[in-house]
Amino acid sequence: MTVKKSVTLFVPCLVDAFRPEAAEAVVTVFERLGIAVEYPPGQTCCGQPAFNAGYREEARRAARHFLRLFADCETIVAPSGSCVAMVRHHVPTLFEHEPRWRELARRTAARTFEFTEYLVDVLGAEDLGASFAARVTYHDSCHLLRGLRVQEQPRRLLRRVKGLEFVEMKNADCCCGFGGAFSVKYPDISSALVADKVAWIQQSGAEAVVGGDLGCLLNIEGALRRKELPLRVLHIAQVLAGGCPPAGGPGP
Amino acid sequence: MSAVRTERYVEESRRGIADPVLRRALSGLQERFGRGTAEAYRRLPEGPGLRQTAHAIREKAIANLDLLLERLAARIRANGGEVFFAATGEEAVSYCAGIARRRGVKLAVKGKSMVTEEIGLNSVLAAQGVEVVETDLGEYIIQLAGESPSHIIAPAIHKTRNEVADLFARKLGIPYTTDPPRLTQAARRALREKFLAADMGISGVNLACAETGHISTVSNEGNIRMATTLPPVHVAFMGLERIVARLDEYEIILRLLCRGASVQDIGTYVSLIGGPRRPGESDGPEEFHLVVVDNGRSRLLADPRFREMLCCIRCAACLNVCPVYGRIGGHAYGFAYSGPVGAVVTPLLTGVQRGRDLCRGETLCGACKDACSMDIDLPRMLLELRAILAAGDATWGVKPEGGLERNVWRIWAGLVSHPGLYERLLRAGAVLQGLLPRGVAGWIRRLPPPLSGWTQSRDFPPLAKAPFRSRWARRRREVGRG
Ligand code: SF4
Repeated sequence: MTVKKSVTLFVPCLVDAFRPEAAEAVVTVFERLGIAVEYPPGQTCCGQPAFNAGYREEARRAARHFLRLFADCETIVAPSGSCVAMVRHHVPTLFEHEPRWRELARRTAARTFEFTEYLVDVLGAEDLGASFAARVTYHDSCHLLRGLRVQEQPRRLLRRVKGLEFVEMKNADCCCGFGGAFSVKYPDISSALVADKVAWIQQSGAEAVVGGDLGCLLNIEGALRRKELPLRVLHIAQVLAGGCPPAGGPGP
Repeated sequence: MSAVRTERYVEESRRGIADPVLRRALSGLQERFGRGTAEAYRRLPEGPGLRQTAHAIREKAIANLDLLLERLAARIRANGGEVFFAATGEEAVSYCAGIARRRGVKLAVKGKSMVTEEIGLNSVLAAQGVEVVETDLGEYIIQLAGESPSHIIAPAIHKTRNEVADLFARKLGIPYTTDPPRLTQAARRALREKFLAADMGISGVNLACAETGHISTVSNEGNIRMATTLPPVHVAFMGLERIVARLDEYEIILRLLCRGASVQDIGTYVSLIGGPRRPGESDGPEEFHLVVVDNGRSRLLADPRFREMLCCIRCAACLNVCPVYGRIGGHAYGFAYSGPVGAVVTPLLTGVQRGRDLCRGETLCGACKDACSMDIDLPRMLLELRAILAAGDATWGVKPEGGLERNVWRIWAGLVSHPGLYERLLRAGAVLQGLLPRGVAGWIRRLPPPLSGWTQSRDFPPLAKAPFRSRWARRRREVGRG
């Protein structure tokens, strides 16, 4: 007897509100792999924005809501490096003085994976049968790269996509200047950073830039749209779902 | 204490960003040293894990500071040196000023030292008629220009070759040249005279060792060795944290310091100094003084959240990878220490409240932690500082954040824990955003304050007509029916 695998999807607030197609693409990829997807309703945010801004009590409230919803899930997968880094590294520290919550946070942390990390490291799946005809470059989001040490996984996945020509940009691992509330509070610094990122993307000759964290992608795309540059900005799930037959619902 | 201008972070960073020459200089620096340091750690015989070993060594030293400093002081005194423990910068400065008065010092030569920059030594000595000459080439340049260092190791990184050529022609009276060897020669000639005439040598301390009772200095120009051996008096300043217990530990930290600071296996001149000249020795000062400076450091020691910062050896590796430092430059940080180390240590030494923008004006990208020769978790401490700023903290004299910002986060916390309300707000937003000016592909051109910072240089993404949550519900209904 084979047990059908299943994963529980955590769709971070930015993906939910601004790029639902990325989450739909995640569903498509999993269904293609024969993995059932659960989506607990009522999920909102892991608490990261408040935590990064220093508002720990507020972050705790968000984290409690998150932990309650995902308490009994075997495997949680999220298409975001920074949210997974939050759940894995920071949420447990938020409950240092609340043993029951701390236990729950630790258990949940051990079961939460970033999308490309889960595909490559846990499932060992690299060739997803996707096709995407474009020259593509990859931006390393900071918390995905340095928080979760996910660097090779997305590149391996992209190199297996049919029709996709992968090019590295200069300084792929340099911060794009998003930084959550930082981008709004320190617009001069943030703008200087994203301007360089955009220049490196352009120099790479890519037609599309791909990443694993929506905050960075929206920041980069915002700068591209302002300059009216035609490059596409996509969550990696959207590329990996490319060419897949849509699994019900509207495809990416 | 030297002047603190941390309140001007935003304005000064704007100035740095607008300076294309600075940007070129810093990106060159970061490309050479940033990548090079990572490679140098990888090539260590012990592997890059030596950084963790070093961290443990430093933590142990910090936990035993009182004992180690006592041991160091005892050895130095036994060798005929003097040791002075200064609680404040003022105490440290006036101790040195006292020696200068007693010895009738007219001219002092200095090796590069950040702690004397921190306590504002030069201006006090100058005020009592002592000519203080910086002898590190970079420091010498900015001293001639009347500026302050913008990098811990490369203090004049913000100056171009042409600016230096102008400066030297004006101040040293040499024919105008932009040829680096000729400029270096000119500085060398001018400094040589100072070395020979100086009545006092002043240096910092890169690291001290309790077991052997020595302090040590590292340089590539040989200037510190001259400044500490030629004049009849040597006064060395060290932050009270710059010590390890044993010689084998010292060796590990020294190797990492040289890699972190300048991608070298070892600095060109490493001096170990344990006291004044002894009878029969051919060189060295008649008097040797070590000034151990607290100046706020024991407050870090007393707070477990920030004690880790005392592991820092000021190697500047974190500056060489920091994307923010690379755009705004060192002067924006408004104090002796810039870059990630400055963003953490400056507010702690000079006031968290007034240094709020230093704590918040980073992206938390984490590059500094990976580059740090001592594997210090700088992002963690930035987060702690932000938490202090938000919630207030009596020990650090910070009042809780009030007003708009606090309320925004309170409302946010309420929303994210009430999904029904949250969803209704998302829907309302998707409708209301129709009122905002649009650019290409429906992206928003201008947001109202307090979000207007985003749209200063970027368009803002429109909310999806239907968020994932409702798409999922629809999808399930369809699957259910089908
Ligand atoms: S924080 Fe680390 S990298 Fe930065 S100066 Fe200190 S020891 Fe060097």
